[in-house]
Amino acid sequence: MSDSSGTGSKGEGYESALSGSDTRVAQFAARRMSPLNRVQHILHNNPTFVPVIVLLISLLAFWMIAGGRFFSAFNLSLIMQQVSIIGMLAAAQSLIIITAGIDLSVAAIMILMSVIMGNLAVNLGVPSPLAILIGMAGGMAAGAMNGLLITKVKLPPFITTLGTWSIFFALNLWLSGAQSIRSQDIDDAAPFLKFFGNAIDFGGARITFGVILMIVIFVTLWYMLNKTAWGRHVYAIGDDIEAAELSGIRTQRTLVSVYMLAGLVCAIAGWASIGRVGSISPQSFYEGNLQSITAVVIGGISLFGGRGSIMGALFGALIVGVFQSGLRMAGVDVLWQVFAIGWLIIIAVAIDQWIRRVSA
Amino acid sequence: MTTPVVQARGIVKRYGHVTAIDHSDFELRPGEILAVIGDNGAGKSSIVKAICGATVPDEGEILIEGKPVRFSSPIEARDMGIEIVYQNLALSPALSIADNMFTGRELRKEGFMGKYLRLLDKPAMEKFARDKLTELGLMTVQSIKQPVETLSGGQRQGVAVARAAAFATKFIIMDEPTAALGVKESRKVLELIKDVRARGIPIVLISHNMPHVFEVADRIHIHRLGKRLCTIDPKDYTMSDAVAFMTGAKEPPEQDAA
Repeated sequence: MSDSSGTGSKGEGYESALSGSDTRVAQFAARRMSPLNRVQHILHNNPTFVPVIVLLISLLAFWMIAGGRFFSAFNLSLIMQQVSIIGMLAAAQSLIIITAGIDLSVAAIMILMSVIMGNLAVNLGVPSPLAILIGMAGGMAAGAMNGLLITKVKLPPFITTLGTWSIFFALNLWLSGAQSIRSQDIDDAAPFLKFFGNAIDFGGARITFGVILMIVIFVTLWYMLNKTAWGRHVYAIGDDIEAAELSGIRTQRTLVSVYMLAGLVCAIAGWASIGRVGSISPQSFYEGNLQSITAVVIGGISLFGGRGSIMGALFGALIVGVFQSGLRMAGVDVLWQVFAIGWLIIIAVAIDQWIRRVSA
Repeated sequence: MTTPVVQARGIVKRYGHVTAIDHSDFELRPGEILAVIGDNGAGKSSIVKAICGATVPDEGEILIEGKPVRFSSPIEARDMGIEIVYQNLALSPALSIADNMFTGRELRKEGFMGKYLRLLDKPAMEKFARDKLTELGLMTVQSIKQPVETLSGGQRQGVAVARAAAFATKFIIMDEPTAALGVKESRKVLELIKDVRARGIPIVLISHNMPHVFEVADRIHIHRLGKRLCTIDPKDYTMSDAVAFMTGAKEPPEQDAA
């Protein structure tokens, strides 16, 4: 046997000089970390710190600029209501972006499913719960279509969902005849569709069921991503899909499940949007796709996949809501709100890039 | 003679009109380190892939502990206790050491939380990962929860080997485990390989590094032109003999008992 002292019987003993050497495995003189390095490390380990800090600072800043009117329980709960639908879309979008994909069709799925639910329940007299279930199944089917095109036909997620965005939007115009379903008609035929518009009032605040639903969705998805094997697989796929496949993850099946789950969340958001808006309009939330991506990016979830917490997307959506509300109250023109959101996106991605360059 | 752990006979794999494996044999015996060497393109990875299910051979039979098997994916091989340490390691950089060790075979909590809510048993996985790394003398890392991307090359290799060693019951295949490492880190990994053999798990070692092969291998499988040319005992030959067989500069020895 040749397992004795470090050289085989016929092997040259070129490594014998090593015996006197330092036995530490590849260590370098501990470099003194500058405070900036230290911050970079902390942020690398806790990707949600940035959005939380930004949210707190912007709340404080707008409180000082716009005063107590901004920081009232009523206004803060109004911001929550305003971000609730985009927040749910951002939750669905986060799932996709964590796998290093992107979904341009989230808002189209949401609107299509709200139109389907409305048509069935209001125009065709299908019982509301059944109409809602059909809408949810439709959301999953739409997600499955995205997922299968991406995994089986091997199309890039960007192109796939760009295509399905148009397809779902066209279907939505066809099914609705480009007509809205009026609030009054929903109230008469299927008030259950507006369930998430109900609210609990206390101390001036008005918490709609839609806001509660958004939070429940985030907490549920956070649990799934962080506490179950499925969630770890989703991160592993976004991190390095080949390594994930080699370590025994059924990557295609997992990816399809991610797109289906995202589709389901979009359909649920579609139901909630009926309560939020009051009517069902095929033209609403046309910018929802991009707004959901904005929330995800500002929330510190990396567009390159595998990094970031889904809770970041909730904070990202809230940051956008706080900026819009605060700037409006400070009397700033809408165009400057858009301008500010644009800079937020660029700064958020720049910070993500900087954090990713962390030296181990 | 004891039953070989793996015995493959007459394996053929063609890709179009390229024959990657040309009626090759392969044998791994209990408790040994078998090095597989061969020139670039000789097909050494192809034969090893055929054994672990990464490719399905066109012809030939593979016996694992005497029983014929036909794997269609590495996952099936893994379920039988065959582990592979890939050259690129197949680790997810942003996930923790513990997460990486259990990728694809996570432990769930007992009872309702685990069964219906699919809650992972993180403490158990972390403890297991820590124990395994300690056993192999690798607990120089600060925390089992630290992401793999913060580890050095040698430490990452250590995690990949520990993962294989922890779950392998039949044998481990290691593809170029020292190729990307410095001298000292390679040394550590070689010690690790011997350590795994000392636990009774046989190893198939694919390597280009002759000093490493001659140091740890019990037998050397020399692959040339898509088939096994011969198997030699490193004690009877020199490195230059092996290189000469591998490149065709010298006729192989008459096939002995190997």
